[in-house]
Amino acid sequence: MSNFFDKSDLTEKDADKIVSDTLQNCDDGELYLEDTKSESILLDDNKIKSSSYSSDLGFGFRAITGEVVAYSHSNEISKDSLKKSSENLKSTLKSMKGTYNHDISRSNKKFYEDINPLEQKTLNSKLEVLNKVNEYLRKKDKSVKQVTTSFAGEQKSIEIIRSGGEVLTDVRPLIRFNVSVMLEKNGRKETGVYGIGGRQSYDEYLKNDNWKTVCEEAFRIASVNLESKPAPAGEMKVVLGPGWPAILIHEAIGHGLEGDFNRKKTSAFHDLMGQKVASEGVTIVDDGTIDNRRGSLTIDDEGTPTEKTVLIENGILKNFMQDRLNARLMNTKSTGSGRRENYRHVVLPRMRNTMMLSGNQTQEEMIKSVDKGIFAVSFGGGQVDITSGKFVFNCTEAYEINNGKIGSPIKGATLIGDGPSILKEVSMVGNDMMLDPGIGTCGKAGQGVPVGVAQPSILIDKMTVGGTKL
Amino acid sequence: MVKDQQYLRSKASYCLDLAKKLGATGSSVTVGHSISETVNFRNNTLDESNRSDGLAISIETYLGKKRSSISSSNLLDDNIKTLIEKCFETTKNTPEDEFNSLPDKELLAKEIKNLNLYDETHFDNEKKIDYLKELESVASSEEKIINTESSFTENKSNFILANSDGFCNGYKSSSFSASCVTVARDENSMERDYEFTRKRHLSDIKGAKELGEKASEQTIRKLSPNKIGSEKISIIFDKRIAQGMLGAFAGAISSNAIARGTSFLKDKINEQIFSETINVIDKPDMNKGVGSQIFDSEGVKSDTLNLIQNGILKNYLVDTYNGKKLNLKSNGRCGGTTNLYFDNGKISFKDLLNANSKHIYVTETIGHGSNLVTGDYSVGATGFLIENGEFKFPVNEITIAGNFKDMFKNITLASDLDFEYSINSPTMMIEGMTVAGK
Repeated sequence: MSNFFDKSDLTEKDADKIVSDTLQNCDDGELYLEDTKSESILLDDNKIKSSSYSSDLGFGFRAITGEVVAYSHSNEISKDSLKKSSENLKSTLKSMKGTYNHDISRSNKKFYEDINPLEQKTLNSKLEVLNKVNEYLRKKDKSVKQVTTSFAGEQKSIEIIRSGGEVLTDVRPLIRFNVSVMLEKNGRKETGVYGIGGRQSYDEYLKNDNWKTVCEEAFRIASVNLESKPAPAGEMKVVLGPGWPAILIHEAIGHGLEGDFNRKKTSAFHDLMGQKVASEGVTIVDDGTIDNRRGSLTIDDEGTPTEKTVLIENGILKNFMQDRLNARLMNTKSTGSGRRENYRHVVLPRMRNTMMLSGNQTQEEMIKSVDKGIFAVSFGGGQVDITSGKFVFNCTEAYEINNGKIGSPIKGATLIGDGPSILKEVSMVGNDMMLDPGIGTCGKAGQGVPVGVAQPSILIDKMTVGGTKL
Repeated sequence: MVKDQQYLRSKASYCLDLAKKLGATGSSVTVGHSISETVNFRNNTLDESNRSDGLAISIETYLGKKRSSISSSNLLDDNIKTLIEKCFETTKNTPEDEFNSLPDKELLAKEIKNLNLYDETHFDNEKKIDYLKELESVASSEEKIINTESSFTENKSNFILANSDGFCNGYKSSSFSASCVTVARDENSMERDYEFTRKRHLSDIKGAKELGEKASEQTIRKLSPNKIGSEKISIIFDKRIAQGMLGAFAGAISSNAIARGTSFLKDKINEQIFSETINVIDKPDMNKGVGSQIFDSEGVKSDTLNLIQNGILKNYLVDTYNGKKLNLKSNGRCGGTTNLYFDNGKISFKDLLNANSKHIYVTETIGHGSNLVTGDYSVGATGFLIENGEFKFPVNEITIAGNFKDMFKNITLASDLDFEYSINSPTMMIEGMTVAGK
């Protein structure tokens, strides 16, 4: 745990006094202190291309009254700097008066260990793994022309000081291991990427030579793509595989159910609470409480313990994801979804691990039922326009389906759909729910935060596939 | 106030001295300070104020051909000392790479030209509020507009880049930007669009009224869109989307992608990759340019580059490391392009709309559908159907797809270039792409 006041002329008592004084006429707010140590080691083109370490320390001071948020941040933790921020907040909110809400729930549950993954493994042993990955893949097949592999790890310590002296802390480990391979055969080049990660030590992910599994998967995806044909263009049936393809849920539904867009009535879902937004059998939750997952948090960035929030239950819209600000303005409770990329950013309601739960059909049944369509196994990224509800994601591994059988692989294509109606097109839900491997980062308003997704195989009756073949 | 050169220089030389004392054979350091103030409005009332004050330091140490780096936001001397020690320890344990090197001395920038990148005017929050009030009252005046969000940001920054070969330079820069996002609704749909402005000098930004009007107009005209059938059709890219094509091109000619062999433009120097009418220029010394720079992030002087001349690829974007690998000299493009643009085409915007009897006019794309290894391109799109030169109706939930290799050869540009962003393009038509819809 970091001691933020160790090398500063500011004591915790001073900070407490400034916070209470600044926030006395506000509805909410806090001082958020953060200390992040991170490293990244990259092997590329047969060489250790970079080895870097970063230490980032700073505070963000927030005051809220009514709907107005005043925010000031700095990386100088000193009496002077905090006072300057305090004046800045007071001047923004000078004509307003609120009543501070001291209520914040507490929990003793923790969803990851208090470790520093950076120090649990030496630089040399990390370099050794990266070199082994490079050799393994290059020996595997002569079509391998490029290998990029990396480790990234961080430990983020946070401390939240609320008005009245309440203090909440958390220490969050996060690591990621990634392999990307490019193959070249008969003049064609294709890449395959695979990675794993979460809130544990490096060794948890690398035991039993698990790095080989990651290599094999990256190689397999690239090999499939070497044989790919142009993708079809137009509306058709789509079978999604389990696990990572759940970024469809994240884009199509997840963002539209974040509290801020619904309070502002700019989400296509804002007037659909309690209504049927998905086929029967579709249940979607956003869960911050799964052990060691990339999207899990013991407390969110406002200090609220996270929870498992039911968003859609058997097709009916049940809840939005809330931070304290939007919850107060919408007369409900925070769901522990208040997150920020770091101390430089304001809190927004965000997703954690967004999951569609299993139904009782099999992937085989789904594929058999499709005359003409595609089977999408893996995706790159996705994006959504919250207001119109239109969302896209890019396939990185997909196949044609003809007459109930899986056919040739197809080139990466964008799939586009309409968020509020897509889940009504889900006609089968599989019994094979799977978590993603721990690689997702979600972007919103210029802030990236680690997230997870999960889903079983699903059949969507109608979606537009953005290929080139008419 | 943003920290002055003297403060940044003293931090930089402290680092270089320390690295040398520890035994580093070379080192380089960047120290920067930036202050931003943002005010956000929503539906004609104050929504958020945000003040950001950030110091940052990044250091690279060399031991022969071994290299590693650290960065931090904590500039206290004893923290820096710990970090440099850690950095040099890591350097010692990192394998050698024959291409690791500080930039060639003779390529380093010698003189600091004044490009007017800094405007010391302080536009205080009260003034930002007045600007946003006017903007939002205009933006929300149409009945169909149901939500407006707008923002004004003022940024001032200063930096120093120094290395153990004696380079030590830096300069101040500023930017003022305003944006407006509006949401419109009718009985069939809800749509969002935006407008923004960003300049080095306050006096050059667009007026509040113009910004609000444009955002509102662009949003309302998207209401009640249709989905169209799948077909091969001519596509016209609005300037704000056309500039993204240049962004993808720049990614594909970065020396990093070329050296790694992961670009569809590898080995294409002196080959025809665009049609003969196309010229692409990267000009770092534009007066007040949003992307202007005097030297790149390694200190190498950047000159104007003709990247594409009459359709032929003339240069890659080269930094020191990848330059050594490719046996090319750095051309001062570590960190990418500066002010990158397509030269004007020969026909007017109106004639472009009439160049075919039917087009899709694209105003927004979503998704990350550019594959720079294969050149494959597929994204979601929103826009309008144009028939006989006239805007017929808005279109959405479609995708557009093709391959850059073919797309580049089928570009026709209008003659309406202006310099709004750091990457700029006239309105662009590409023939032969596939639209997927119904």
